[in-house]
Amino acid sequence: MKKTTINKIISTILLAGVCEVGLVGVPAMTNLSRASDNPKVIEITAKKFEFTPNEITLKKGEPVILRLTTSDRVHGFMSKQLKVDTDIPAGKTTDVAVTPDTAGNFTVICDHYCGTGHGGMNMKVTVVE
Amino acid sequence: METKFDRRSFLRVTGTALSIGALYSVFPALTRKAGAQGITRTLAELNGEAPAPFSFIQLSDTHVGFNGPPDPLGTKAFESAVATINGLKNRPELVIVTGDLTHDADSPDEHAKRFKLFKEISSKIGGAQLKVVPGENDAGLDGGDMFREFMGPTHYSFDHRGVHFIALDNVSAGRPIVGAEQIAWMKSDLARFPKTAPIIVFTHRPLFDLKPEWDWQTSDGDDVMNALAPYENVTVLYGHIHRENFHQAGTTKMYAARSLIFAFSDPATSPKKHPLPFDKANPFKDLGIRRVNGNANGSDLQLEEIELATAQFSGTVGMDQMLKHGSADGKDE
Repeated sequence: MKKTTINKIISTILLAGVCEVGLVGVPAMTNLSRASDNPKVIEITAKKFEFTPNEITLKKGEPVILRLTTSDRVHGFMSKQLKVDTDIPAGKTTDVAVTPDTAGNFTVICDHYCGTGHGGMNMKVTVVE
Repeated sequence: METKFDRRSFLRVTGTALSIGALYSVFPALTRKAGAQGITRTLAELNGEAPAPFSFIQLSDTHVGFNGPPDPLGTKAFESAVATINGLKNRPELVIVTGDLTHDADSPDEHAKRFKLFKEISSKIGGAQLKVVPGENDAGLDGGDMFREFMGPTHYSFDHRGVHFIALDNVSAGRPIVGAEQIAWMKSDLARFPKTAPIIVFTHRPLFDLKPEWDWQTSDGDDVMNALAPYENVTVLYGHIHRENFHQAGTTKMYAARSLIFAFSDPATSPKKHPLPFDKANPFKDLGIRRVNGNANGSDLQLEEIELATAQFSGTVGMDQMLKHGSADGKDE
């Protein structure tokens, strides 16, 4: 999903107050989902050239919020398999709501070029039944 | 390789990404067939030049400034490629470089030195026009400012012997994206051409989801392909993945060229992306140039593999001495 499309969806969600998609990037502290009133929050920090933590485990069908920040510069946070594609701008918190619908091992990469180690900047997401 | 002429495939771009570079022969059959005369006239009116046979070379990912590991050869393969091109009997008219001309550097001054060195080495290619697009190493951190300073615009188009070439920039936004503005420009640029016009797009990253978890994709590649879909004779040349690849979407054929530094592992068999180890006994292993020529009657094309010579690095220089300049500067692509 393109970032421009994500932004449009975010606006729609904020206006409608509902969340119909599995995963989007949204501003922090927004009422995100009617599927779960208190989704688990997982904080992830990006910096050149790593995510911390670099491995998380999610449960299939269980909504979570990935709370993304960066300690240096803008990074990307993208996984086609998990249908997530957002930037992590410096100085802001970016929340991503995800409800994994498939068990397995997935890779999230930084897709916003950040320097010579960029190609190895990724993290593992394990989704269990 | 299909060689029979018809209106839907009169552009012959041969060579399926090939070694260190690729030599393409264009129109070996077109000009010999009466059926193409209408298209030839149309393109001649549009471009001021009728389609005619010619050859060009694609190089990719020269990464000037990279000095291993894993590849300690620096610019040696690039220099050998230039020497190989200059030694070709049938000289190419164009040399296209599909991005990552330079390896990124933390210091702008050092990055500028690498652009200067790229220009110095590439300027030794005799008799061919140089056409380049940026890779993320060239333009990902500064929006393409330094690339434009040294190499010119990051996207543009031109005509050569009846073929329309489009250089697409899918890196300088920082993200792997072409962007709506550039796609609109491309649509406008193509609007004057008939749907059968021969079109070659060259860019850095694959325009399809080759391996997104390895960062081998362009996020709005589908939008680019949709804009190209009405045209029946489109070839896309790209780099970034440091290995050969062929992919076809509709009638559009897409070819990746190998790099001029280390190759990456095969995504079909490797769970993780990693550079292939350097082979000191065969430093240019799998590198070379494929020459493609139409034969006398315009039917079967002849393909000739040309290995890069390592002799210039042997003898008094020696491989060990050549390897001394290696450092640990680069970490990845």
